[in-house]
Amino acid sequence: MSLTVAYGALATGIVVWFILVMKLRSKPWEATAAAAPQGTGFSVSAKRIGLWIFLAVVTSLFCLFLSAYYMRMGQHAGHGSPMAAGDWKAIRDPTILWFNTVLLILGSVTMQSARASVAKSQVDQTRVRLFAAGLLTLAFLVGQWLAWSEIRYSEFFTPLNPAVAFFYVLTFVHALHLLGGLVVWARTFARSLRKDVELIDVRLSVELTSVYWHYLLLVWLGLFAVLLST
Amino acid sequence: MAFVAIADRDHEHALHDPQSFIRKYIWSQDHKVIAVQYALVAISIGLVALTMSVLMRLQLGFPDTFNIIAPQEYYQYITMHGMIMVIYLLTALFLGGFGNYLIPLMLGARDMVFPYLNMLSFWFYLLAVLVLVAGFFVPGGPTGAGWTLYPPQAVLPGTPGATWGIICMLASLAIFIVAFTMGGLNYVTTVLQARCRGMTFMRMPLSVWGIFMASILGLLAFPALFVSAIMMALDSLIGTSFFMPAVASMGEKTVHTGGSPLLFQHLFWFFGHPEVYIVALPAFGIVSDLLSTHARRNIFGYRMMVWAILAIGCLSFVVWAHHMYVSGMNPYFGFFFATTTLIIAVPTAIKVYNWVLTIWRGDVHLTVPMLFAIGFIFTFINGGLTGLFLGNVTVDVPLSGTYFVVAHFHMVMGVSPILVVFGAIYHWYPKITGRMFDEALGKFHFWMTFLGAYAIFLPMHYMGILGVPRRYYGYSDAIQFIPPSVHEANEWISISAMIVAATQLVFLYNLIHSYFKGPVADPNPWRATTLEWQTPQTPPKHGNWGKDLPEVHRWAYDYSVPGAPEDFIPQNVPHSDKTPVGREHGVPT
Repeated sequence: MSLTVAYGALATGIVVWFILVMKLRSKPWEATAAAAPQGTGFSVSAKRIGLWIFLAVVTSLFCLFLSAYYMRMGQHAGHGSPMAAGDWKAIRDPTILWFNTVLLILGSVTMQSARASVAKSQVDQTRVRLFAAGLLTLAFLVGQWLAWSEIRYSEFFTPLNPAVAFFYVLTFVHALHLLGGLVVWARTFARSLRKDVELIDVRLSVELTSVYWHYLLLVWLGLFAVLLST
Repeated sequence: MAFVAIADRDHEHALHDPQSFIRKYIWSQDHKVIAVQYALVAISIGLVALTMSVLMRLQLGFPDTFNIIAPQEYYQYITMHGMIMVIYLLTALFLGGFGNYLIPLMLGARDMVFPYLNMLSFWFYLLAVLVLVAGFFVPGGPTGAGWTLYPPQAVLPGTPGATWGIICMLASLAIFIVAFTMGGLNYVTTVLQARCRGMTFMRMPLSVWGIFMASILGLLAFPALFVSAIMMALDSLIGTSFFMPAVASMGEKTVHTGGSPLLFQHLFWFFGHPEVYIVALPAFGIVSDLLSTHARRNIFGYRMMVWAILAIGCLSFVVWAHHMYVSGMNPYFGFFFATTTLIIAVPTAIKVYNWVLTIWRGDVHLTVPMLFAIGFIFTFINGGLTGLFLGNVTVDVPLSGTYFVVAHFHMVMGVSPILVVFGAIYHWYPKITGRMFDEALGKFHFWMTFLGAYAIFLPMHYMGILGVPRRYYGYSDAIQFIPPSVHEANEWISISAMIVAATQLVFLYNLIHSYFKGPVADPNPWRATTLEWQTPQTPPKHGNWGKDLPEVHRWAYDYSVPGAPEDFIPQNVPHSDKTPVGREHGVPT
């Protein structure tokens, strides 16, 4: 659980720091402390804040999965359990994962370029790049499917091996998050195609989608590193 | 950053009032309607859990008289009672119910920032409850693994509901977590972004602070339950060995290999302990507001109260293993977690002192909400003190399997929060319905519930110290160390439990009857300062505030301000030059 506790400490640290910045030291009962009504909220959109909070939740989820992963590997050294994780048999990760990783990196880069073009109000480039980013992500998911099939039909496939089970769970949960992202991407793309919607109105959607894409790329790089190293 | 400002522009909430019945009351995006929907579902499923507890008490108090529960069903009753009360009643009611109703109104907002997501949150919650209830009707019935769902027994044959029941439970929990995440995102973002002009963080009522911090805790802690639910479902369905060790069951070796039940315990309690505070922090916040309003005193130590909420929130993530002292973990771990557990008692004690000092020499009005708030202080101190016993490893080890634990957690996270729930319902009932409840019936409800709770749970401490084991279906004469007084205590507890349960019908009657026949309520019957009492209409209409949003000029606790014409000054009243300098804060001198 150490990973998760570290994450929890970091997250709560950020919250506390953040609230400190919000002048928690003020004395609200004093009339002079707040004579003039102050502005509220932050100068960014609620959707943007909502996304970052959601990313914190997803980070918590993956940290917990990884904590479970390492704890299951090591079988609680601290608890004096006589059982080592003898049933953990490391698997050979499918080579296609490298190719998938490149696809996801390209997807993220393309999404970033779509964000740049929407900022410059280039309608056609935005549409093309947005579409390409989605396509690359779909290709990544297909690649993951191939990786699952490869393991499924390999000699070391058995749900009893926790290494296999964790491989499926981690990659599947990540893919599920990407699928959710693709739903938002599809809405954003559809809006960008509409004639009656100005580009400025999809700018925020493109920006937030790109943030989510970069985030899931980071998560994948972390997961991939863990899978490769164990 | 100019382009960001344009890109970030959010459309104002439309003020058009939905007209059709379905859009207004069923498929509604209005936070007040969603709050009531949450509350009604939570109370309904809570009544199921209450009925189950009465049936269990009939069995325990009069084992040879009533044969309603078969021995193999007893664990199912325990499990469902615990899970429903903790998750589906208390969590849902405090955050989905009060959180939804109070956050926008107390902050001067028109609605939550993501109304559609808010509506989805409720419907997912309802789905979670339906899946949970479906567990009663599947082959084998609901799971009987205990509310902690510990493997390996949760998925082994021999435990009731080990096939279908446990899957229903895990699926329901997963759906609940999705629902909560949608709701929690809304609550946190609304607090951060939708406060009206002048509503700084340090002017927010403590109710909002409590709900805000509890939502953050939930967002970070519920994923642990999600992870364990998914992994246990896989262990059960396709035979993985995340948690399932190599065990023999029914005389045969199972397919599982070296899974780790302890891993589940860590994950479960990493969620489970913050869950205690997910329920407690909103209760802390709400009770602070009730005490201040009905004692006509400003809250004592507002800043300290806020800091205590933050400190409790942070510390709640590093005490989880005090639920696992008997799991065979390294004694040094126990030492660490006992220390953090004692540390978390410090901010909690600060809050208790501040509540007491708030009502000390106050103009205490013993209204129904105030009675419940004072009842909460007593009960919480009681439950908190027994927590000091159980927080220490050496004391916990002999007590952990006994009724002492049952008494402790019912006092501290069962009765205490539910007293706040009752107090809060009575307090905000006039605002929610526009009617006053029957005061006499409310007081009857309080005294019966408060005294009844002690009649039920005080004897359990005694039973626990005698070593009476919990989770037993019956205590036959063969168990020789259990004296006859325990059987008498069990009868007494059961009769008290039935009286308390019946009293809740009076509460429901009061709510329903007053809704139709109660006198029309004053818009601000408690003469409270917070914004929800200053709405142009009672109950507030869609959009809450009419044309203009309110503007806040002061904190939420300007009660009995010297020199003021009345003993309260609402938050949206500007400061007057007539108030003497240095006497604006309302502390009687």
